[in-house]
Amino acid sequence: MAAPPQRPTPVIPREAWEGCSVLLDINDGDRLAFFRLNPGATVKIGNTSYSLQPLVGRPFGSLFRVGPSGLVPCAAEAPPQAQVVADGQVQDETRDNRSLVDNNTAQNLSSEDIEAMKRDGASGDAIVEALIANSSTFGNKTVFSQEKYKLKKQKKYAPKVLLRRPSTRSICETYFKKYPARIGFMRVDALSLLLSMANVGAYSDVLVVDIVGGLVVGAVAERLGGTGYVCNTYLGSAPSNIDIIRMYNLSSDMNSRIFQASLSDVCSLQNSGTVLNGNIQGEVVEPSAVSDESPQSSLALPVDAAVSDGNAQSTGVQPIKIEVPEPSMDENLNQDDNSLSDCKGNDDTSIASKPVKAGRAPSPEKMKYWEEHGFSSLIVAAPGHEVESLVADLLPLLSYSAPFAIYHQHLQPLAICMHSLQVSKSAIGLQITEPWLREFQVLPSRTHPHMQMSGFGGYILSGIRIQKPDPCNME
Amino acid sequence: MMVPLDPANKPTSQRRIAEGDTVVVYERHDVMRAVTVAGGGVLQNRFGVFRHADWIGRQFGSKVFSSAGVGGKDGRKAGGGFVYLLAPTPELWTLVLSHRTQILYIADISLVVAYLELIPGCVVLESGTGSGSLTTSLARAVAPQGRVYTFDYHDQRASSAREDFEKNGLSSLIAVAVRDIQGEGFPDEHCGAADAVFLDLPQPWLAIPSAGTMLRQDGVLCSFSPCIEQVQRSCEAMRPFFTDIRTFEILLRTYDVNEGALKSATANEEANVGRLCKKKRKVRPAGEVLDSTQSSCVMVKPCNTARGHTGYLTFARRSVHGSQTEAT
Repeated sequence: MAAPPQRPTPVIPREAWEGCSVLLDINDGDRLAFFRLNPGATVKIGNTSYSLQPLVGRPFGSLFRVGPSGLVPCAAEAPPQAQVVADGQVQDETRDNRSLVDNNTAQNLSSEDIEAMKRDGASGDAIVEALIANSSTFGNKTVFSQEKYKLKKQKKYAPKVLLRRPSTRSICETYFKKYPARIGFMRVDALSLLLSMANVGAYSDVLVVDIVGGLVVGAVAERLGGTGYVCNTYLGSAPSNIDIIRMYNLSSDMNSRIFQASLSDVCSLQNSGTVLNGNIQGEVVEPSAVSDESPQSSLALPVDAAVSDGNAQSTGVQPIKIEVPEPSMDENLNQDDNSLSDCKGNDDTSIASKPVKAGRAPSPEKMKYWEEHGFSSLIVAAPGHEVESLVADLLPLLSYSAPFAIYHQHLQPLAICMHSLQVSKSAIGLQITEPWLREFQVLPSRTHPHMQMSGFGGYILSGIRIQKPDPCNME
Repeated sequence: MMVPLDPANKPTSQRRIAEGDTVVVYERHDVMRAVTVAGGGVLQNRFGVFRHADWIGRQFGSKVFSSAGVGGKDGRKAGGGFVYLLAPTPELWTLVLSHRTQILYIADISLVVAYLELIPGCVVLESGTGSGSLTTSLARAVAPQGRVYTFDYHDQRASSAREDFEKNGLSSLIAVAVRDIQGEGFPDEHCGAADAVFLDLPQPWLAIPSAGTMLRQDGVLCSFSPCIEQVQRSCEAMRPFFTDIRTFEILLRTYDVNEGALKSATANEEANVGRLCKKKRKVRPAGEVLDSTQSSCVMVKPCNTARGHTGYLTFARRSVHGSQTEAT
């Protein structure tokens, strides 16, 4: 076939710019925090605040260390493997811990000595070297153990700051590691599956219920890349908190494609479904297709009144309290006056996000379009909610053949929802899946799964909406 | 059109099945096939004979019945059998494509797309093309203005993949070329221009230095290998050019949902002796009441069979420090 036309111009910014959102990884994941590179922005490490100005214009992925005058770029240290491999052969380690005694006398340098070194202007690396030189046990440690010792001391005396680009991957990983409750314990592999299973891509019109702080809305907007639309449906009277989308560096065009509408407004689309399908030419018995949906789908308002199946009754019970992010943010994500939530007054480059724009109510024209064309997919991430009636309400808003993906951290609500969809025959390809993710340490002669891992990343119910059985329509 | 290239050709409720469209014919969750709709076309399966002409003008997602009175494959009277006609998506395509090689499935694919940080407009290099399962998802992720450049050393496989992409309307997003990436590396024209590189090669370590020169700074490489020995060598090859090297294994556990009844432990009828009555454990219409001595409920359990291993996914970021000279 003819080769595709010219290579596109790069879309991912590779350098930090004034006013952008950045993720700082301090000391190899010890601390992860989002900042906005406003002129006065600082990061506090230890007892000192450092200006973030040196980060502006630097490539994402750059490493910084603390110098006398603030943060300075530095090179990554050589991989520790160099000393392990000799002549392509892995050296056999002969040392072990048989002679180590934990009596707190191994270090000959006192804290006063270290303070004195600091006063004399010694660099963090010099202090670490001195600590090693004055450790009576260092030489007896294995190479791996020596490396560990060095890293531990470096963290304390020579902290490193890694500049990272916020993206769905890094934002989800950061929240999962630091504030998992805010994102409903959704692991990055579960989020990735939601996006795939819901066929999110350019020009999609994605119906979303995001009660995970905006993580899903932001991830969908990123995948849309300034095309298509996200309609986030909120339950109750006030729009959901979707503050996490501020961490993404979404362009104003991307933000302008994020809408928020109440469940009742969204469901009013469905109630006029007879009209909408009636004006489609060429289809005979179509008008009844939507309005004939199981009774539960027309009950839009009381969320728990729609349960038609006595067995599925899980509603009389006290709802599980799930910690959901409140508008106020945690210190680490929202440090001092340079926090992302305080960035509204900042008018910098055109790429800088204008969070104010995201999450408006959709225009009547937009609503009419969705009414006539249907949404192209549905993602529900409401970890504290019953989903059976929610899905019954929202599914009719999708076009036929549109896929959907429902996240939950509990299995039972999804099982009930799936069963109800099986019975109503409104969807096919129904499946509940749970991703299982295991990370490995890969090193010469030392490859094994990580000792600590996440045991659970969430359940997903996926399927495809279909036209209801319509026997009169066949020959 | 599997991946819309402009708003006009996205699938909506207004779209109708037309001649030349690819539809995914759904018989059961594990029996599906891709069919190109042709005016005089006929699909024959265990449910009977389906005339394509009956499909034209219907919506995607429709349920269609086999022509009544037409003999099925085994001569029995068919008619009344039905299938669903679905709009193709990369996920469905992965389930229906013809396997010319071992392919990647949704769990690995979704993690690859997320970890490669692909967004519309990205440039991604892939080798090998294989059966094009991942390629299709990469194309969706970078559409409409991005590009996937995919390479396979197998001439015939590359041609077949190219035909598939063309049929699915992906030709403007995917360029297929025949090239031995392990031996020759990626073409110089992509030097420093790729946002992401994906390798699924028997000896990925041979291609890693080239992948390093193709990537923009902070761009992400992924290497998929079934064996840990391959991973071991790949990671060693990555260390000079890459940071943030991480290896994962991802599997999916699937669950069966059934409505059923467990026998009461307190009732002392003889009938209650024994295990769970299997016949009750199937989906039944709402409202149908079970034996009053038994309480029916929705029960869920992991499926008995599962895929145990697909491969290891190793991700790494192109360093921005040092080793920059190698990017020439």
